[in-house]
Amino acid sequence: MLTAVISLAAISSGLGLALGLASRKFHVEGNSLVAEVQAMLPAANCGQCGFPGCAGAAEAIVDGSAAPTCCPPGGKVVAQAIADHLGITLAAGEDIRPTIALIQDHLCIGCTKCIKNCPSDAIIGATKQLHIVMDEACTGCNQCAEKCPTGAIEMLELPQSIHNWVMPQPARYS
Amino acid sequence: MREMLLTIVAIVLVNNVVLVKFLGLCPFMGVSTKVDSAVGMGLATTFVMTLSCAAAWAIEHLLLQAFDLGYLRILTYIVVIAAVVQFVEMVIKKSSPELHRVLGIYLPLITTNCAVLGIPLLNAQGNAGLVMSVVQGFASGLGFIMVMVIFAGLRERLALVRVPATFSGAPIAYITASLLALAFMGFAGLVPAAH
Amino acid sequence: MPTIVIPPLRRLLQRWGVHPDSHKYPAAGLDIEDAGLPDMLRLPLSQHVGAPAKVIVEVGERVLRGQLIASTGGKISAPLHAPTSGTIVAIDEAVVPHPAALTDVAIHLRPDGLDEWIPLKSELYPINLSEREISDRVEDAGIVGMGGASFPSAVKLSLGHRSKVTTLMLNGSECEPYLSCDDRLMQENAHAIIEGARLILKATGATRVLAGIEDNKPEAILAMKLAAKPFPEVHIVKIPSRYPMGADRQLIKMLTGIEAPADGRAADVGVLVHNVGTAYAVYRALRYGEPLTERVVTVAGGAVSAPRNLRVRLGTPMAYLFERCGGLRVPPARVVSGGPMMGIGVQNLDTPVVKGTSGVLALAAAEVGEREASACIRCGSCVEACPVGLLPLEMAARIHANALGEAEEIGLDDCLTCGACGFICPSRIPLVQYFQHAKGELASRSREQKRLDTIKELTEAKAARIEREAREKAEIHARRKAERERAQAAEAAAKAARAAEKETEA
Repeated sequence: MLTAVISLAAISSGLGLALGLASRKFHVEGNSLVAEVQAMLPAANCGQCGFPGCAGAAEAIVDGSAAPTCCPPGGKVVAQAIADHLGITLAAGEDIRPTIALIQDHLCIGCTKCIKNCPSDAIIGATKQLHIVMDEACTGCNQCAEKCPTGAIEMLELPQSIHNWVMPQPARYS
Repeated sequence: MREMLLTIVAIVLVNNVVLVKFLGLCPFMGVSTKVDSAVGMGLATTFVMTLSCAAAWAIEHLLLQAFDLGYLRILTYIVVIAAVVQFVEMVIKKSSPELHRVLGIYLPLITTNCAVLGIPLLNAQGNAGLVMSVVQGFASGLGFIMVMVIFAGLRERLALVRVPATFSGAPIAYITASLLALAFMGFAGLVPAAH
Repeated sequence: MPTIVIPPLRRLLQRWGVHPDSHKYPAAGLDIEDAGLPDMLRLPLSQHVGAPAKVIVEVGERVLRGQLIASTGGKISAPLHAPTSGTIVAIDEAVVPHPAALTDVAIHLRPDGLDEWIPLKSELYPINLSEREISDRVEDAGIVGMGGASFPSAVKLSLGHRSKVTTLMLNGSECEPYLSCDDRLMQENAHAIIEGARLILKATGATRVLAGIEDNKPEAILAMKLAAKPFPEVHIVKIPSRYPMGADRQLIKMLTGIEAPADGRAADVGVLVHNVGTAYAVYRALRYGEPLTERVVTVAGGAVSAPRNLRVRLGTPMAYLFERCGGLRVPPARVVSGGPMMGIGVQNLDTPVVKGTSGVLALAAAEVGEREASACIRCGSCVEACPVGLLPLEMAARIHANALGEAEEIGLDDCLTCGACGFICPSRIPLVQYFQHAKGELASRSREQKRLDTIKELTEAKAARIEREAREKAEIHARRKAERERAQAAEAAAKAARAAEKETEA
């Protein structure tokens, strides 16, 4: 009886000590995955994902509390890249279409408020002049629309043209 | 030497740990959707199996037989295996965070992988020497990797084809696994002397 | 001088391709006729690969035939000329040859019926022009690949110059069923084509011309051989009829046995391929100074009453051409712009003829033969048919499982989307649509990724700028504060000194 207790205690404490030492040796500083995922995100810190900035979103994606598809500006491309990196599969059928801002000419008063708030410098214009959004640089983060005093900014889906049209996938044969 | 090679062939093919002895089925079904992660899981399990076979031999001969504590066998083996698994998890987390994420819950579950406990127990039953124990543990791991990769390859192909709704998902995977096991039965008699 | 003999062995070894029914007659047996002028011409700005042309005319302006109406829009682009004299009535969206019937910006020109040319600069002996001049005039004439790919020809010429081309190949294979525009052109204008080829030869610095013509066009081969007789550097070669013989790599392989590398261009193996139609257009542009304003179009298909080849002004609507060929006998099951294999299914008959339109087809239901797709039986017919040696069934399976990256790994990028696999498939699986979808999707992803990278750069630049501005502000503030303090201290010191002076004075 006593030998059993002593030997078990000895084994357990010996292994515990070894594991303790090993955990110190193989200690991982932070989570390198979070930094890698953050580097893939657009870095606009727009908050559309519901997390404070891209760093928060990256953390949530890595620990699994958010889907890689949570980033609307990043769209399908970023979602796919993150999913591949983390080795997870994306939920099918979830099509995220990025939106872009459009300034309605007749409502813009040229106050430059949107310009100051645009994280990616996608709006050009001067005081008392009509502003315009450069489609190529807009993340659709909605921050300009929130700040616009006249509600002149609408968020629209990118219109389909011959330059961005993609042949639809044919229906599955049975 | 000849005997050792025969043992390895016998354990990898004839008495394959998964498809003939039906041990370690949990990761076999769970982590076999992608070849990459199947290889990772296989390597981790092989490592744990080899180490725990060596450790189990030491405990068996230096402790249990010396003090006549045979009734503590399972208990002590599990403690040792759990420690080795913890160690492997730390190493993987440090060296490959992606693999760590992919293996997920299955990595700590190696602890309860019956193959990892089963091989040392079989060794103890057969009263194998230290070298033979380690070789048997390693060879079982090789067999495990082999069927994992074969099965993951099959499942990767299965993902591309159209499976009738009734069979899609787990059912077709089980059917494939059983066909694979049938195929492995064909190896019986390949090494007549061993086991 | 190398003699060109196709070893029969090479033909036997190359087992790719399919043999669709040719359907070339009756159109191939009739002369090319002029189509005349429709009521309205619509000229899309993107009739070529590359950047759209830039409009340089205004609405209401009267233009003459051959007048430049849109200039080159970038490095890879082509200008556009008025196909006839008339008035620009609008510069607006119009339907273009596109599978989803989308619209694009187009110049709407109403012909005045006079068909008045701008003064043309003809050249009696264009072969005496310098290489540079030939290439420049080809560019100014707005000539693009007339076989359907519509790649700006001048760009191809300068490309050939850079990568040491030794052989110019004239593509007269016309492997698509129904189409016979190149056939007719070769029969009627063989001399002009040979002259054009010699001009291209001079511009590229190549030493020989190989013209490949499929053996189902004996009259064209004869005419070309006669026209090529005086020129020892021009060789006319009969090649087997097979689809897709007209793809450049396939033609090169059949004529020379060389396989152009997948990740390179045909020019990398010293070959430049031009369509016979392009050679003809080059000749017209250099000899007579005519820019590209018209092309030969095959109007055919079971639904057309009197199929034939027409010389058509760019921008002519398809409906006009069908009318010109006696109207439609039966309502067509499918209308195609281009050939039946690689052409674009068109929904709107107002779709105009563009520079790359080789045919306008109205197919009757019996010819379309549409049947519902059934399951893949893994017969491997598509693998045998694929001219590039890919595994279409495997690629389609991966694309369907949404594993586009895996499809790319097994060669999606090399797919020509020629449609041979889908044509031969006994289960009628629309294989080529899968590949078009995947290619489009991958291209759109890489575009999107580029956009995101730009955005990221901009965002980081703005954040850095804001930080820098804040720092500079703080620095200025600190400096001013320090200055103020120094001034105050100096003042205090002066005061103290004055007080001390006063004291000593006192």
